[in-house]
Amino acid sequence: MARTESKLEFDTDWKYSPAPESTDHIRIDPQYELFIGGKFVAPRERQYFDTINPAREKTLARVARADRGDVDRAVAAARRAYERAWSKLEPAERGKYLYRIARMLQERSREFAAIESLDGGKPIRESRDVDVPLAAAHFFYYAGWADKLEYAFPGRRAAPLGVAGQIIPWNFPLLMAAWKIAPALACGNTVVLKPAETTPLTALKLAELMRDVDLPPGVVNIVTGAGDTGAAIVEHPDVDKIAFTGSTEVGRLIQRRLAGTGKHFTLELGGKAANVIFADAAIDQAVEGIVNGIFFNQGHVCCAGSRLLVQESVADEVIAKLKERMETLIVGDPLDKNTDIGAINSAAQLEKIEQYLRIGQAEGGEMYQSSCSLPETGYWCRPTLFSGVSQSNRVVQEEIFGPVLSMQTFRTFQEALDKANNTPYGLSGGVWTDKGAKIFKMTRGIRAGVIWANTFNKFDPSAPFGGYKESGMGREGGLHGLGAYVELY
Amino acid sequence: MSVVASSLPPQLPVLDRVTRVDEVGVEERVARFCSRSIKKESKVRALKLALSMIDLTTLEGQDTRGKVTQLCQKAIHLHDAMPGLPHVAAVCVYPTMVGVARQALHGHDIKVASVATAFPSGMAPLSVKLEDTRVAVQEGADEVDMVISRGEFLQGEYSRVFDEIIAIKEACGRAQLKVILETGELGTLDRVRRASILAMHAGADFIKTSTGKIQPAATLPVTLVMLQAIRDYYHATGRRVGMKPAGGISKAKQAIQYLVMLRETLGEGWLTPEWFRFGASSLVNDLLMQLEKQRTGVYQSADYFSKD
Amino acid sequence: MARRRNSPQSSSPSRLRESIAVRPSPSRTRERAGVRPQARKGKDAGRTGARVPVAKTYKLYIDGKFPRSESGRYYPLQRDDDLVIANVCRGSRKDFRDAVVAARNASGPWSQASAYLRGQVLYRAAEMLEGRSRQFAAELTLQGIARRRAEDEVTATIDRLVYYAGWADKYQQVFSAVNPVATSHFNFSVLEPMGVVAVVAPDSSGLLGLVSNVAPAVVGGNTCVVLASQSLPLSAISFAEVLHAADFPAGVINVLTGLKAELIEQFASHMDVNAVICGDADAAAERKIEELAADNIKRVVLRGGVDWNSAAAQSPYAISDTQETKTTWHPIGS
Repeated sequence: MARTESKLEFDTDWKYSPAPESTDHIRIDPQYELFIGGKFVAPRERQYFDTINPAREKTLARVARADRGDVDRAVAAARRAYERAWSKLEPAERGKYLYRIARMLQERSREFAAIESLDGGKPIRESRDVDVPLAAAHFFYYAGWADKLEYAFPGRRAAPLGVAGQIIPWNFPLLMAAWKIAPALACGNTVVLKPAETTPLTALKLAELMRDVDLPPGVVNIVTGAGDTGAAIVEHPDVDKIAFTGSTEVGRLIQRRLAGTGKHFTLELGGKAANVIFADAAIDQAVEGIVNGIFFNQGHVCCAGSRLLVQESVADEVIAKLKERMETLIVGDPLDKNTDIGAINSAAQLEKIEQYLRIGQAEGGEMYQSSCSLPETGYWCRPTLFSGVSQSNRVVQEEIFGPVLSMQTFRTFQEALDKANNTPYGLSGGVWTDKGAKIFKMTRGIRAGVIWANTFNKFDPSAPFGGYKESGMGREGGLHGLGAYVELY
Repeated sequence: MSVVASSLPPQLPVLDRVTRVDEVGVEERVARFCSRSIKKESKVRALKLALSMIDLTTLEGQDTRGKVTQLCQKAIHLHDAMPGLPHVAAVCVYPTMVGVARQALHGHDIKVASVATAFPSGMAPLSVKLEDTRVAVQEGADEVDMVISRGEFLQGEYSRVFDEIIAIKEACGRAQLKVILETGELGTLDRVRRASILAMHAGADFIKTSTGKIQPAATLPVTLVMLQAIRDYYHATGRRVGMKPAGGISKAKQAIQYLVMLRETLGEGWLTPEWFRFGASSLVNDLLMQLEKQRTGVYQSADYFSKD
Repeated sequence: MARRRNSPQSSSPSRLRESIAVRPSPSRTRERAGVRPQARKGKDAGRTGARVPVAKTYKLYIDGKFPRSESGRYYPLQRDDDLVIANVCRGSRKDFRDAVVAARNASGPWSQASAYLRGQVLYRAAEMLEGRSRQFAAELTLQGIARRRAEDEVTATIDRLVYYAGWADKYQQVFSAVNPVATSHFNFSVLEPMGVVAVVAPDSSGLLGLVSNVAPAVVGGNTCVVLASQSLPLSAISFAEVLHAADFPAGVINVLTGLKAELIEQFASHMDVNAVICGDADAAAERKIEELAADNIKRVVLRGGVDWNSAAAQSPYAISDTQETKTTWHPIGS
């Protein structure tokens, strides 16, 4: 349809009043120690660092920094717990601990959601409606596998690996902890987990929860710290398996470090997913899928649909509708229940994003940003769209990890497929069309581990997730997610 | 007020080119609207806006002069104990009651809307439907709510449905025409989208979800699809068309969800009774109770609000 | 006549009275299902001191409600010394008919509920039963099961519920398939619930046996009508209370008590029942069921003689026993 000069005005007289999530029921301690052997213990060198609220730039708590010696203690505790307690339990009883964790997480869901938003910057609506329920669901799902492994691997007997070292990122702190801990424990392993340095709090609250459900001491150990703490875990000789989610850059380092050690490992790394809109798509829902794919969680999503590929005959319509939709996105206080896009996780990440905005413009791209207002303090980025860019642009090739979308057109099916695959990454992809046959042809052709057809960013504990190529290896979730945590005989 | 977009006769649009609609995607978008948190001043404002958008309705075989008069009394005196209330937009009745309503509302700025065209089924010859319309207009209706021929639409007889709307619009004269799609009988959101586009091209001043006589009546997903159709039509032609969800909206919370959806789909231009209406009756008292609760901080009882 | 107290495995029926709806005289009803008389302490010690317990009435469980049998009939549940423990509803074919209607109505929404939700509901049933484990053990003891065995049966039942709750969102992954057909089609086979499943619970296992047959059927999305053990019927009705407390939607599980001989024919011949499970080791009953089931090609699952306490008594195959397989084809092409 031709578009006239009719413009819609979304900044209406009727505005939404602030709707802040109450925080008087949550507890954040001023200082947190390491969680080793079922207790909170001080780090040996008494080193601490601050974790801040990226929306207010205010310190929330001081958190312990684990050094090599602390990691050693944690691994020893995990090993003891594995040999003396966890591997001695009947599998069904192990499962019951996981059920308890799931249920208690459901009971404490509001507190966890509020703390997740405070510590990481994501909107309370997301943490409340997505992160925390999914985390509980992961524990619930894997609880059920504990005594059923004989059915998961035809012809093979599954045995635990021992101690798993797990390093998780800052974009879905609690959810990533659940993705790692639940299958590890279900398969009979014990865990040493390091949350990201900018988002340690929900992992520490999870540690409290582990203690409150009477999980045998040492089965789960949480060691906070930065890159060197992570390195200590990776390099520890008594860790049998490493699970890492984070950047491809660090993933390469880890893979190199593990070479020749015989350790099992899985990596879930970066992505630059293509979101492909065909002319016969349900256009309004496709626009919503674009928005969901790149703007929610501030674009801090490894599987974000950060490259829009739209069929040329509907490109103008899609872009016009997209811009209109971007105007209704509310960027603001993560604790306000109406916020759609929260704070960028850290000053460092904001700087990285802004660098790409500069690069994109320098490369000749046309940058469009919504006209929303931004709060005074904190780290913020408006939803951004780059058009007039192509495969050879850096903003199209490189992962930005922010609310920044690049847009290209295509004419034919094959062209869309070629462009979608023309990347070293391979984590996810999206395809929008009303034609079923085309969906299946596209999913067969895209070289990525997760493909969303007529939807985007959908997760379920029963659905395997993971990447092709440099987006990593191994799968998390579902029956397939068990394989990473067992030895098969 | 009906505005003619151009001097050319209306053209049946190519319905196959109307965008497909994905039901699951629509429901997800609706869920996001429903999780908006409308509190304090923005809630009071929304409640009052919703009140001003109501077409207070009685459409029953057992309607009498007494019933309609009392309904009009309620329209005029929503809740005198609360000052500063807006008045409802209109009262909606059958054609034979239009005269009664006009008399009861004399001197007040509340419109009289009438259903017509063999409401609710529309299963009558065009001549009967035209006469039904003329009676309503002659009796003094400001607005006419017609029903489309769903059977013909489902048979694919789009031209006939289209021509019928044009004819009724002509019979309306100066009265505004709302076209009821009866979305509950259309079945799919794809059809709702097409029917919306068809009705607007035929000259509808408003498109309306339902007669309220069958289930499902108005729903958020159906309304969203219609609002998006209005938006597309507006961008293509520059002509504004209004929207009215009717039936099944009885709680203030639901009404506010509709307003959130309206605001974020069409924006400022439509946030007024001129371009958006609620076809409802019991919604009024729930809005009043919520307003009173906002004022006093205390949950209310239905005993304190008049039921006419 | 075998004495139930010493041989709980015996499948011979308890001594029954003919069903005349006359309440047994008080002198013979010293101990009703429920609570023993307690001596009262304190200032009323000058009186006789015994507190009169409130006896429990056992009804049926149909469509989320606890009605009596529409026939008004009952049979007394007695202990060996002629002591009446309770009056048990003697379910009629009309009760069964109503239960099937309820199960059919509940079948659509329950089969479409997410697997996650079904698992949660079943897990909650385990939570509710755990909280009531002493009551259930006492009730089994009242019906003649030795105390230790009764306690073990209750914990085994709780664990069995947890076991099947855990399968809810997994059995599909174990039994489904994407089929590598030779043509350019995406081809997949999934399991779907059969619909309404009638269950004849084992006579010798009043709680564990019933739950072992019902849980796998409903976790897979079927709805159920269960005939409780005739000689150990009380736990079934108390278990219905647990289901009710666990937020099972009305009609998903319906529990009837009554005479097996009367009701087996109904269970096996009803045209709107999709499958029958017989957990009772009764060759004549099994034969009858198989014959009558043929009328509408009902699927029949025979599980008589299973030791419900063993590990072999639980598996995902108990779920797939009441599932159909649906294969879908779709072209791959642009």
